[in-house]
Amino acid sequence: MAEGKKVEVRAPMSGVFYRKSAPDQPSYVEVGDTVKKKQVLALLETMKVFQKVKSPSNGRILEILVENETPLKDNDLMFIIEAT
Amino acid sequence: MRVIRACRELGIVSVAVYSEADEASLHLKLADESVCIGPAISTKSYLNIESIINAATTTGADAVHPGYGYLAEKAEFAKACAERDIVFIGPTPDNLKLAGDKISAKNIMEKAGVPVIPSSPGGITRLEQALGICREIGYPVMIKASGGGGGRGIRVCTNEEILCEDFPIAKAEAAAAFGNDELYVEKFIQEPRHIEFQILADHFGNIAHLGERECTIQRRYQKLIEESPSPRLTPELRKAMGAAAIRVAAAVDYFNAGTVEFLLDRHGNFYFMEVNARIQVEHPVTELTTGIDLVKEQIRLSSGGKLDYTFDDINKRGWAIECRINAEDPERDFLPSPGTVAEYHPPGGYGVRLDTHLYQGYELPIFYDSLIAKLVTFDLTRDGAISIMRRALDEYIISPLKTTMPLYRQVMDDPDFCNGDFDTGFIKKYVPDDDDDEDDD
Repeated sequence: MAEGKKVEVRAPMSGVFYRKSAPDQPSYVEVGDTVKKKQVLALLETMKVFQKVKSPSNGRILEILVENETPLKDNDLMFIIEAT
Repeated sequence: MRVIRACRELGIVSVAVYSEADEASLHLKLADESVCIGPAISTKSYLNIESIINAATTTGADAVHPGYGYLAEKAEFAKACAERDIVFIGPTPDNLKLAGDKISAKNIMEKAGVPVIPSSPGGITRLEQALGICREIGYPVMIKASGGGGGRGIRVCTNEEILCEDFPIAKAEAAAAFGNDELYVEKFIQEPRHIEFQILADHFGNIAHLGERECTIQRRYQKLIEESPSPRLTPELRKAMGAAAIRVAAAVDYFNAGTVEFLLDRHGNFYFMEVNARIQVEHPVTELTTGIDLVKEQIRLSSGGKLDYTFDDINKRGWAIECRINAEDPERDFLPSPGTVAEYHPPGGYGVRLDTHLYQGYELPIFYDSLIAKLVTFDLTRDGAISIMRRALDEYIISPLKTTMPLYRQVMDDPDFCNGDFDTGFIKKYVPDDDDDEDDD
C-alpha cells in the first residue's frame, strides 16, 4: 500500500456507534493515534449485537467523523486513516 | 403479543408498552390500549422501571407480564410492582434475585446435591479478577453475563490474550442487554447437549415439571432450534433429570413458571447450569406436546390458582420442533440484517404454529433483538414434525431480509439431525464458528 494513502472506514451496516467499550472507559482511539491493522477502533451495535470496527491497515487516525452513541446508516463514514 | 393473545382468550383487557422506535410494532394493534414508555435506546424505555410502572398505574393495570427479555428477571422490577400493588406475573423477587445471581444459585444447588460445573466463586466486573480465576480453572473458559440469559454476552476464550480483548465487550453487551455488567467465568465443557426442564410452581408449595426441551442446536450459545421431547433422553434419564429439576425449584422455594437448564454429556451425566426465571422463547414446544398454555398457567398461578397435576397426569403426545428465525445472514457470519419487509407470506396448514410480529411493510428497528419469528411444527412423530418443518420453511417468504431459514432448511435434511445424534457443536458443520478475532477481512 502506498505511503500516506487515505483510507476510509465505513459502517458495514446500520447500527449505533460507540467509541468506547463502556461509558466510564477511555475511547479506543483518538485523532492522531497510530493504529495497527485489525486494531479495534470502535464498536457498532446492531440488534443488540456488538461488532468490532477494526482498522483496515497500519496507519494514523486523521479524522473521527461521528460522535459516540450515534445511530449510523449502512456505509456511513466513521474514520479516515492515513495508511503507512 | 404472546401474552396479549392469552389475555384476549381469558377475557382480560391488555395494555401494550412500546418505545418510540416500536411505534409500528404489531403488538400495539392487538392490545386494547398502548402506552409509549420512552425513546429507542432500551435503557431509557424497556429497561426503565419507573416508565413501565407509570404506564401500569395510569392505565389502572392490575398486573404486569414482563415477557422474556429486558426486565423479566429483574428483582427490582418485581419489587417495584409489589410496592404499587401491581401483580408481577412471574417468580418472586427473591426467586429472581437468586436465579439472576448464577453464582449463588450454583452454590445452593451444590448443597442440594445437584451436580454443577467448576466456575468463578463470585460475580466479577474487573479483568484482573477474571485473569486470576482463569489461571486457576484453566482455559478454555466461558464468560457469561451474571444477570443474563439467552446467550447474549457469552464468549469463549481460549487464552489470556482473547480474554483481555473480549472481557470489556462482554461487559458492554451484558450492560446493554440486561442493565447489569457483572460477569462470571466457568470451565468450558466440550461436546455437551443442552437439555432444560419446564417448571411450574404454585403458592402452596406444589411443583411440577412439564418435561424437557432439547436446545442443543445453538450457535455461540444462542439457541437456534429447540424440540420436545429430546431424542436423547431415555425414560430413566428423563425421570432422574425431572426429579433434579424439581429439587432445584424446591431448594429456592420457586414460584410460577421457570426453566432449569442442564448440560448433558455423552455418558448421561448431567450438570445444573442455571434457572431461567421467566417464560422462555422456546416455550411453545412444551405447550404443543403437553396441551398446556404456559402463559395462561402463569396468569392463573399468579392469581392464586393451585397446581393440581404432575408430569405423569399430563396427556403428553407427539413431537414439536421450533426454529428461531433471526434477521441474520448465515452466509455472513450471522451478521444482523436490518431492513424493511417488502414481501411477506407466512406458512400455514396442519401442524404449523407461527409466533411473529412481522407484516408486509414492517421496518425492523436496529435497536432490538434480531429474533423475528418462531416457527413451530407439531406431529405425532419426530419424523413427521421434521417434514412439516421442511414444508413450512419452504413456504415462508420474508423478503428481502437475510434470515436463518436457509440454514434451518439444510439442518432438516441433515442425517445426524434426523437421527437425533448431535451436540452443541453441531452447527459448525454448516457455519464455521470463526472467532471474529481471527479473521474478518
